[in-house]
Amino acid sequence: MGLRVQAALAGRGFAVELDVADGEQVAVLGPNGSGKSTLLGILAGTLRPDHGRATLDDTVLFDLDARPHRWRPPHARGVALLAQEALLFPHLSVLDNVAFGPRVAGRSRSESRALAERWLDEVDAIEFAGRRPGQLSGGQAQRVAIARALAAEPRLLLLDEPMAALDISVAPLLRRVLRRVLAGRTTMIVTHDLMDALLLSERMIVLEQGGVVEAGPTGAVLQHPRAHFTAHIAGLNLVTGVLDHGAVRDPSGALLSGVRPDADGLAEGEPAAAAFSPADVSIHAAPPGGSPRNVWDATVTELEPRGDLIRVRADDRHGHVLAADVTPQSVAELDLYPGREVTCAVKAAAVTIYPI
Amino acid sequence: MSTTEANPAPASRTGGRADYSGLPRWLYVPAAAGALFVLLPLVAMVLRMDWTRFGELITSESSVAALELSLRTSVSATLACLVLGVPLALALARRHFPGRDLVRSIVLLPLVLPPVVGGIALLYTFGRRGLLGGTLDVLGIPVAFTTTAVVIAQTFVALPFLVVSLEGTLRTVGQRYELVAATLGARPSTVLRRVTLPLLLPGLASATVLSFARALGEFGATVTFAGSLQGVTRTLPLEIYLQRVDDPDAAIALSLVLVGVAVVVMLVTNRISQRALTWA
Repeated sequence: MGLRVQAALAGRGFAVELDVADGEQVAVLGPNGSGKSTLLGILAGTLRPDHGRATLDDTVLFDLDARPHRWRPPHARGVALLAQEALLFPHLSVLDNVAFGPRVAGRSRSESRALAERWLDEVDAIEFAGRRPGQLSGGQAQRVAIARALAAEPRLLLLDEPMAALDISVAPLLRRVLRRVLAGRTTMIVTHDLMDALLLSERMIVLEQGGVVEAGPTGAVLQHPRAHFTAHIAGLNLVTGVLDHGAVRDPSGALLSGVRPDADGLAEGEPAAAAFSPADVSIHAAPPGGSPRNVWDATVTELEPRGDLIRVRADDRHGHVLAADVTPQSVAELDLYPGREVTCAVKAAAVTIYPI
Repeated sequence: MSTTEANPAPASRTGGRADYSGLPRWLYVPAAAGALFVLLPLVAMVLRMDWTRFGELITSESSVAALELSLRTSVSATLACLVLGVPLALALARRHFPGRDLVRSIVLLPLVLPPVVGGIALLYTFGRRGLLGGTLDVLGIPVAFTTTAVVIAQTFVALPFLVVSLEGTLRTVGQRYELVAATLGARPSTVLRRVTLPLLLPGLASATVLSFARALGEFGATVTFAGSLQGVTRTLPLEIYLQRVDDPDAAIALSLVLVGVAVVVMLVTNRISQRALTWA
């Protein structure tokens, strides 16, 4: 059971097939324009695909492959949407906002308010019950919006970057609340934030150019990314190609040696990826001697502070932009600036090779 | 919104004199002339008024009849505008249908049409020999030259005011709240009743006041389509037009009553639209 969807919308180059198990939290990530909003619109019922079919538990949300078409309107889907902005109804009190779902489902006023109080309590927002939405901060309003969505007893909860519009300092509290109330609920979280994926989802789906490029348990996907977008948000460098004598040979012919920690049965010539952390990349003014087997000449393109370190991005002119984390002292010693020619090196022991 | 409000510079608090407006000084001459051009006729009317007779003039039998008829018909016309105009504005703002721009242009036509032309058009629609006149006659509802005709004429000219101002509000408020309500399980009728209309209320109130004012001032279409029978179709503007020769003082007194109504209308709409801004 849970959600099964298969849909195509030619006008937006969108063709996706995915499912969310009953009670599972799935994070959907992807760059801008990858089709995340289209997916949400199709599931919420505001956007009609050209083809496809979706079922939620035993309900058909839409079936456009059947004749005649079946299309369930948004209000009859049991799919609640939590957007970036809380969008609390400004003319209703906080309590009546949360009671809205039960009310329109036909419950009595007192029953609805009792339910609303329970859900407000659940998100630690009971003290705002009597206020107007305009008197709440962004984080408080978003907590109330969560209570409102849950009070409607949806069978699928869609979260559209729920933390994106919030002050960075309130995101942790909201994440904690979400983590607690989402447990055991069929949920799809669209996000560009790695923390949301890590803390709120069991499984992760990556969209690129309107299609699924990666799917799997969140931890595994982030550890062994197949798509560059995933590697980027996981903070890893990624080189994809084929296996060639224990190393990955990319389309430009460059070889990257590494280790294969898993008994993966990867054979020569098969597609493989090599991932390594920016912390393991060292930067030299001249080609280094000694053990590193993976060495590239590259041009520094960007320097960006990252905690105590400086993240250096360097382009090797073969289509790889490498990230390296170095200390500010090294940046000064090596005299790094955008345009500077350098040599990058990473030890084979720090590179993980796995099949894709 | 005035520029002094929008300008966060502390200078704006000193009465705006320190603000740099960027306007050449000669521009204030035609600007002042423009303001005087509107103000002067009102002043002239107030000066010409024989205030000792004001009470007596506006309570004469014909004045009271006209005033009462005007209020009655304007309220009816405003209600008709609401019943027809709110759904029309919603459909125009929220639904993309073929020919929508055409429908909007036609609905807004009375805004630019000379009211007397509207009156002629109504005459050939609802009049005895008009398009629907025969049918209405058979049903026993004669329209032309009755109070109903006054209401129809007023509705015809006031409806576009309501539609155009409401459609603007609807676009400002947007559809996001409605979508949230739908995903919370509310059917379209419930969304309309519990979300769309309440959010629309400030805009709706000011649109209603505007169309009421337009209905109250209606002259051309009324006199053409409904005629001028005391107590039946002779509304305040018609009464003023007739009195201006026989008893100019009465005409001025009644005109000032309408000016007073207009001022109240402006104040109310300003107040309401400021409140509406806090929601958007």
